[in-house]
Amino acid sequence: MPHSSATPSSDRSSLVPGVKIAHHRLANGMEVVVIPDHRTPVVTHMVWYRNGSADDPVGQSGIAHFLEHLMFKGTAKHPQGEFSDVVTELGGEENAFTSMDYTAYYQRVAREHLGTMMAMESDRMKGLVLTDDVVIPERDVVMEERRMRTETDPGAQLSESIAAALYAHHPYGTPIIGWMHEIEQLGRQEALDYYHRFYTPENAILVIAGDITSDEVLALAEQTYGTIPALGEPPKRKRPQEPELRGAKKVTLADPKVEQPSLQRSFLVPSATTASPGESEAIEVMIQILAGGQTSVLHRQLVVEQTCAVAAGGWYHSTSLDKTRMLVYAVPNAGVSLDELETAMDRAIADFIATGVTDKELARAKTRLIADAFYAQDSQSAMARMYGSALATGATIEDVTRWPDAIDAVTAEDVMKATRWLDARTSVTGFLIKDEAA
Amino acid sequence: MNKPTKVAQQAAVARTNHADRIRSVVSPLGIEAWLVEDYTVPIIAVEGLIEGGTSQDPAGKPGLLHCLMGALDEGSGPYDSTAFQERLDDFAIELSFGADRDHASFHLRTLARHRDEAFDMLRLALTEARLDSDSIERVRAQIIAGLRHESTDPDVMAHRAWFATAFGQHPYGRSSKGTLDSVAAITRADLDRTRETLLNRSKLHLVVVGAIDPDSLARMLDDVFGPLPALSGVQPVALAQPAAIGTRKVIDLDVPQASIRFGAAGLARNDPDFVAATVVNHILGGGVFSSRLFREVREKRGLAYSVSSHLAPFAHGPLHMGGTSTKNERAAESIAIIEQEIGSLAHDGPNEQELATAKNYLIGSYALRLDTSAKLASQLVHIKAHGLGRSYLDERNGLVAGVSLEDAVRTAKRLYGAGELLTIVVGRPVGL
Repeated sequence: MPHSSATPSSDRSSLVPGVKIAHHRLANGMEVVVIPDHRTPVVTHMVWYRNGSADDPVGQSGIAHFLEHLMFKGTAKHPQGEFSDVVTELGGEENAFTSMDYTAYYQRVAREHLGTMMAMESDRMKGLVLTDDVVIPERDVVMEERRMRTETDPGAQLSESIAAALYAHHPYGTPIIGWMHEIEQLGRQEALDYYHRFYTPENAILVIAGDITSDEVLALAEQTYGTIPALGEPPKRKRPQEPELRGAKKVTLADPKVEQPSLQRSFLVPSATTASPGESEAIEVMIQILAGGQTSVLHRQLVVEQTCAVAAGGWYHSTSLDKTRMLVYAVPNAGVSLDELETAMDRAIADFIATGVTDKELARAKTRLIADAFYAQDSQSAMARMYGSALATGATIEDVTRWPDAIDAVTAEDVMKATRWLDARTSVTGFLIKDEAA
Repeated sequence: MNKPTKVAQQAAVARTNHADRIRSVVSPLGIEAWLVEDYTVPIIAVEGLIEGGTSQDPAGKPGLLHCLMGALDEGSGPYDSTAFQERLDDFAIELSFGADRDHASFHLRTLARHRDEAFDMLRLALTEARLDSDSIERVRAQIIAGLRHESTDPDVMAHRAWFATAFGQHPYGRSSKGTLDSVAAITRADLDRTRETLLNRSKLHLVVVGAIDPDSLARMLDDVFGPLPALSGVQPVALAQPAAIGTRKVIDLDVPQASIRFGAAGLARNDPDFVAATVVNHILGGGVFSSRLFREVREKRGLAYSVSSHLAPFAHGPLHMGGTSTKNERAAESIAIIEQEIGSLAHDGPNEQELATAKNYLIGSYALRLDTSAKLASQLVHIKAHGLGRSYLDERNGLVAGVSLEDAVRTAKRLYGAGELLTIVVGRPVGL
């Protein structure tokens, strides 16, 4: 290549000694991350776009996800089906996924086919061709997907209503797949407008994990993605932020199909991106102690000791551009009402906040969380997802590599401070119950 | 491009030698494990299968083995349930147990530096589980809650109804997790009997992948599995042919989308045409965007998000199966297309191009199934349990490459016969 546009930044060491994560930027603004794993001669090739359902234009919910489907419909150079046929011919796996903050496409292939994948993936960054012949049946597919995931499952319907109640203003309150009445209205033009706005090199991140060196990747990236001209500034993601809403909300979904009731409570909390330094890690450790697995406070209290629940737990979704969700849940034992269970859960949380954490609990939670990051290194696709999702939500490579240290640095005091986010007064509680009248 | 040549190239590329990496380690007590020694990531993955699965549950007591496997990590030896779980977390040990129709299974993952603690936890769970009454009640309540939840899940309903209809009184006709009544009736004596009968080392298959040397592993094998009974109490299970093939059953559920499961008898894992059947199934509904079902049901007509087929080589009644979900108004159309594609494969077989593409995919993608310690261990333990030998990883792509069009056509006929299926539909399908 006559011009070398890659500007290598320093390599970062990760948890495994000797493994270096390489991070570069092409001249057109596209980021490149290379995660070596030489155990098997395969590579995972991913392209992440920094746009997800939260960037859907008002009234066009589901367009990010719909476009993700349409990206498999072919280009001028490689008409419909050709890319997938090539992946299949080469013995590769492929797919794509849309989240609230990003959309990603990937193939997993033998290392010698990486160049072919990069050529074809870079071609569809700009060359997508859509006709109504392919757009209309694919919209039916998406509606079937929504029916399968949501319309046949009362639990999924409750989750949608809780999210809509928790986010009164921010687009995270809208489902990724979109509302049915808006999916029905999406068409070719909406998809193309969205595509042209977001599918640009400066808005994209290339993540490659596997049996390959960063020099090899960069050479291939220059020949493929590197030839796409920059459009200018990457699109800015400025979503309306949540106001400080006061008042606990309660959502009850009653359906005759509910044979096993359950309850959950969601809280609006800082994400890894919006939190002050150390705060997200403290929430992570706090929710692990309170609700992570069978050693958690909620499991011990509600399932083992009081036996009012058959299951209890929770999670915190830290990888998010804007304010995110933390959730606790419990499934009642036979003969226990959801009101009784809610009271027991309130008491367990209040006791947890009042008593504080023991050194053992703190150490155990950290060990568990750090080990998860460690185990992820056994899987090149898990590693690729970890770095891709972090970069796509505003974090840096360093944030990912130093995450275990940041978790390790969380003190008991930090954990107790993080319990302030367990504020029932601004939470949304969801009850899933049987509709006895129906 | 010349497709058949490409097959040959692919096969050549994939001809790396796995057999040298897979070592058979036999302990002083004669317990064997396959070991793939690898220090790249300092973790160890252990996969175990014990022959004799939920099909061993006595008539009238379905769900016994599933319940036992759920109770094994609920306290053992000196540790009560909470202490046991805390010890797992303190050492970041991942330990889980399961059961399918033909096997009990366990899965262990540990950081290499905690391997002694991890192996000891596995030993405790397998050989000294306390089965305290409060633990049993907890597991029972969890299983019952799960069964209640699943009782109106359209996919689970269709799946259970398919097996109940096809296998009736045969053990495969029962729910692996049991029923609300049968789980409620499980006693400690039932669990003890199941443990004595089914958790043994004579029908045990073990694979270990990761940072451990053969000598340490051999010692571990005796420590962990030595205390298990040397003999299995597995009862013979009759070979079953699925019944009601050629019929369709609709189960009413008030949902806007019909959940559809279809299937019929398949080929046994040791059938000489099994590899060809894998290729044929891949052409019909394997998990890629180019399968016939994907193209016809999803891509061309937008009838479904998910549509696929698979081979289920159960030891006592092998099957080919598949499923999809389509809005009620178009369920009949989806079923008609699926039947037509199966019928056409049965009658004409695949064409050259389809065969070449499928073989290329199956050959090239095999390495993708082996790229984590846990995936490699899981693949190997099934290979071992099927009696396929340590060289199978090396032979497998050659077997796929060797499937001729004649093989595929013959096998499609054998597999799909007259194209008749047992189809279960859950929902409110129109026109069925």
